[in-house]
Amino acid sequence: MKILVCVSKTPETTARIAFTNGNTEFDSSGVQFIMNPYDEWYALVRAIELQEAHGGTVTIINVGPAENDTVIRKGLAIGADEAVRVDVSPRSALYVAKQIAEYAREQQFDIIFAGKETIDHNGSEVGAMVAEYLDMPFISFATTLSLEGERATISREIEGGEEVQEVNLPFVVSAAKGMAEQRIPNMRGIMMAKKKPLNVIPPVPFEDLAVATSYTLPPAKTAVKLVSPDNMDELVRLLHEEAKVI
Amino acid sequence: MVLVLVETQKGKFRKPAFELVTYGYQTAQVLGTECAALVLGTAEGAEELGKYGASKVYHVQDSSLDTMDSQVYAAVASQAASQLGAKVVVINHSSTGKSLLGRLAVRLNAGSVAGVNGLPVLEGGVFKVKKPAFSGKAISEYEVTSDAKVLSLMGNSFQPKVVGGPVAVEKLDIDVPAGRVVSREMKRVEGVTPLPEAELVVSGGRGLKGPENWGILEDLAEAIGATTACSRPVADADWRPHHEHVGQTGIAIRPNLYIAIGISGAIQHLAGVNNSQTIVVINKDPEAPFFKAADYGVVGDLFEVVPRLTEALRKFKAEQAG
Ligand SMILES: Cc1cc2nc3c(=O)[nH]c(=O)nc-3n(C[C@H](O)[C@H](O)[C@H](O)COP(=O)(O)OP(=O)(O)OC[C@H]3O[C@@H](n4cnc5c(N)ncnc54)[C@H](O)[C@@H]3O)c2cc1C
Ligand SMILES: Nc1ncnc2c1ncn2[C@@H]1O[C@H](COP(=O)(O)O)[C@@H](O)[C@H]1O
Repeated sequence: MKILVCVSKTPETTARIAFTNGNTEFDSSGVQFIMNPYDEWYALVRAIELQEAHGGTVTIINVGPAENDTVIRKGLAIGADEAVRVDVSPRSALYVAKQIAEYAREQQFDIIFAGKETIDHNGSEVGAMVAEYLDMPFISFATTLSLEGERATISREIEGGEEVQEVNLPFVVSAAKGMAEQRIPNMRGIMMAKKKPLNVIPPVPFEDLAVATSYTLPPAKTAVKLVSPDNMDELVRLLHEEAKVI
Repeated sequence: MVLVLVETQKGKFRKPAFELVTYGYQTAQVLGTECAALVLGTAEGAEELGKYGASKVYHVQDSSLDTMDSQVYAAVASQAASQLGAKVVVINHSSTGKSLLGRLAVRLNAGSVAGVNGLPVLEGGVFKVKKPAFSGKAISEYEVTSDAKVLSLMGNSFQPKVVGGPVAVEKLDIDVPAGRVVSREMKRVEGVTPLPEAELVVSGGRGLKGPENWGILEDLAEAIGATTACSRPVADADWRPHHEHVGQTGIAIRPNLYIAIGISGAIQHLAGVNNSQTIVVINKDPEAPFFKAADYGVVGDLFEVVPRLTEALRKFKAEQAG
């Protein structure tokens, strides 16, 4: 079985968010970058588990510049067999999806994993786009995935509950919490990762159609109003008269 | 034309559907055009969408549409958009909408913006629209340069507004392809508003000590008709079901009122709730970081404070009713 896992690089979850160049660019000074948690903890680990159970290979793909290699190597250290990096700094989800789809079209993967969303862009877009480019079914926000022969049973998060779906290989799936347990790379994995192939390929030409051009920070919160624990009537009054939420 | 792709649940329209039509209507006004609604599959009362500003409702009925297969939905919606000459397609930023947005972008060769929370503007002819990003810690503004555009609307960011009356529903003749995904089971908690749609949310953290103590939190939720949520360690420990987990790795919500009980306010938790309109924090530790993100705070033992708040709210509700 051939599995592709799409991995992206995001600022670490506690990073200070600030912008530079007249608020047109993310200010990365002093920010640590990580593999997007959904991609690492859930998509990649489940892909490796499937490979361990059913054989085959796990390839990771990232669309990004050379500095992303550290994140890619971590994916190899966790257990992916090989990696591909499309050498470009992407500016839109559609652009990323186009690059991934062009690579995947040739390779005939059985399963393509994405994460539920990137924690910086919060789009949840790339997986569906890759699926559409490749004319493949797409199941979003999967919390479990089991495979019997060609047929997969997948539970997915829906508003206030879950849905269980079935689909045949090949398909694209986006992974949410529950899919797998985080794996910490061990020394052997880190050593082996250095020898695993990381192929760098050029992008295919593609025009961006929607691009984030400026950023703002939300207005600062005004100081908290403390209410005495003995006076809950006052809190109710504030919620009703001042905040007007009840 | 602005085409809004409206979701139903078990054939019925819910609040997000009306939010979406309101957004579509106002977007159409910005662009100087009309808003039409597209309804897929079984639906009751589609003519009512006219009240929120749809000048027309189009309906496609086919048994293939009873399962949410993004491939089928996207094929039908994109054909409808092309047939009707819609330049902007808007959907909810829901589990269904998120599965479709990217597919529609590809099919319609459209620039997409996921999770918008404001109306678009035309600046010197350029289409611009904003959305929260960096898990609620910033707002991005997008420029969409393609002729066709697809947007998904963040829940609870536009309140439904009645601007007219019911309109005619027209059947659209569209080839519905067979789906490849089979839906085996839908497990949904009945009778409560799902978290992403909830206006009032009562949420508990590790401070509650164990699942057996959730009764006090449920009483509070019941007093005001709120939906319950929890922090991640609470879901991880199976004190509460996973779909209640809010935050960076759970779901992001933006209710009118978020009451956080025994939650410290870690940055990953805040990422999922910091867009709430009003935040109340109940915590015994005055240094808890959550107080910095709160509008109202109560420093005290939750086991004493929460039942008192529930009582005060019941009294308030009774006075309002009487
Ligand atoms: C990458 C990453 C992603 C994460 N994603 C999420 C996420 O999506 N959502 C999430 O919630 N967390 C997430 N976390 C975890 C997060 O960092 C915190 O660990 C978690 O939010 C803490 O949960 P808590 O506030 O319930 O528990 P604690 O931090 O243990 O806080 C309990 C609070 O209860 C108070 N308390 C105790 N007893 C009482 C009492 N009797 N009365 C009043 N108050 C009391 C304490 O003062 C304390 O402030 C993530 C972490 C990482 C690293
Ligand atoms: N630059 C990228 N390279 C590879 N995969 C990506 C990239 N950006 C996003 N993805 C994948 O698409 C998923 C959803 O991203 P998004 O649409 O940005 O929320 C991520 O979880 C990744 O799996």
